Amino acid sequence: MNGKHIEMHGVRKNYRFFTLDDLNLELEPGQILGFVGPNGAGKSTTLRLVMGMIAPDAGEIRVLGHAIPAEQAIAKRDVGFVSADMRLLPHATLGWHMQFMKSIYPEWDGGYATTLVKRFNLRPEQNARSLSLGEHVKASLLLALARRPRLLILDEPTTGLDPVARHEVISEFMDVLRDERRSILFSSHNTVDVERISDSITFIDRGRIVESSNKEDFLDRWRRIQVQLPPGAMLPELPNIVGRVTDGQFVTLTTNQYSEGMRALVGPHVRDIQRMTLEEIFVANVMHHREARGQ
Amino acid sequence: MYSGINISQTDARPMYLQILEQIRARVAAGDWPPGRELPSIRALAAALNVSVITIKRAYLDLENEGVIVTRHGKGSFVADVNGLAGELQDARLEAHLTEVATLGRQLGLSEEDLAARLRRALKDLDKK
Repeated sequence: MNGKHIEMHGVRKNYRFFTLDDLNLELEPGQILGFVGPNGAGKSTTLRLVMGMIAPDAGEIRVLGHAIPAEQAIAKRDVGFVSADMRLLPHATLGWHMQFMKSIYPEWDGGYATTLVKRFNLRPEQNARSLSLGEHVKASLLLALARRPRLLILDEPTTGLDPVARHEVISEFMDVLRDERRSILFSSHNTVDVERISDSITFIDRGRIVESSNKEDFLDRWRRIQVQLPPGAMLPELPNIVGRVTDGQFVTLTTNQYSEGMRALVGPHVRDIQRMTLEEIFVANVMHHREARGQ
Repeated sequence: MYSGINISQTDARPMYLQILEQIRARVAAGDWPPGRELPSIRALAAALNVSVITIKRAYLDLENEGVIVTRHGKGSFVADVNGLAGELQDARLEAHLTEVATLGRQLGLSEEDLAARLRRALKDLDKK
């Protein structure tokens, strides 16, 4: 099967104080999709829709080729899901959880699970209740990874982890991707992680997708252009400017469609043209989007 | 295995370019000789904890520059062109010379001044 791992088309979900609307999302096999948005943007709701835990009010969702939520039982055999609000049973040990997963999932890879226990520095005999936040996250990830699902859906997988633990976990994600038949969808507000390991990125804000693109395109298209205008000089009309801040003679422009021709267009007053980090792009993008929608 | 390649968050250059330049430097230095197989895109992505698409972009640009060749289904190899390493070094020298010339002009140095400075730099190098 070479189809897409996730497809969402025109999905809507209404709540009393919040609406998720016109949601389109696609994930190809062999890719990592980073799903980025502020708190309350609708990230977790989207992931729950993909997992069939809630049903959409409109639109179509397919996971590994299966319609969701109707065929979720078949799809989920090959999907691993981890979210921060999932809790292990407090009075059971990690080892008990591992045995439990093994008894449900025939694909459970005991050897890999043992390797992960060592790599994540966990103890199978420890009760879930006494795990630190970071250990709890790593234990949950272990239980999902060792099933070797084709699709991993991770809600804020690196939140609450210290830098070393984050590095361990991210290495493990990249290891999964050595197999081009597997894929990962993960939500985060840690843009540094997303920038590093994602192949494509989707920004969401206030229940709407702001932009979806492959990562290299994102980083290539956005630029900050710093201009110094001598008194009397005027900036020519420029296309694709999404932000403009003027401070005396100094003007900072933000563009989302940079091309080499732009430097010549701005003229001789350009002081600097800078690339932007994903975080800067994200903030500029969300601000521009909110302005355009009059919010 | 490829831990020698570093990606810096404080480097203003994009990640793909940092990777590309470090591979180019290895080829230029002769550490990665012609015909040597490069790590697969997915293996290097996993080793560096960087997305597959970033490595793909670096390899594609190296291919366009003629530094590596990719044989479909077989992998990527350092290009088997005679003197490629020399050419790369030469291109670097050319770029530096242009910069020196530009700086020299900005500082108002004459042609003779610049040549003298270069001779002095060569002498300093010999002393070391």
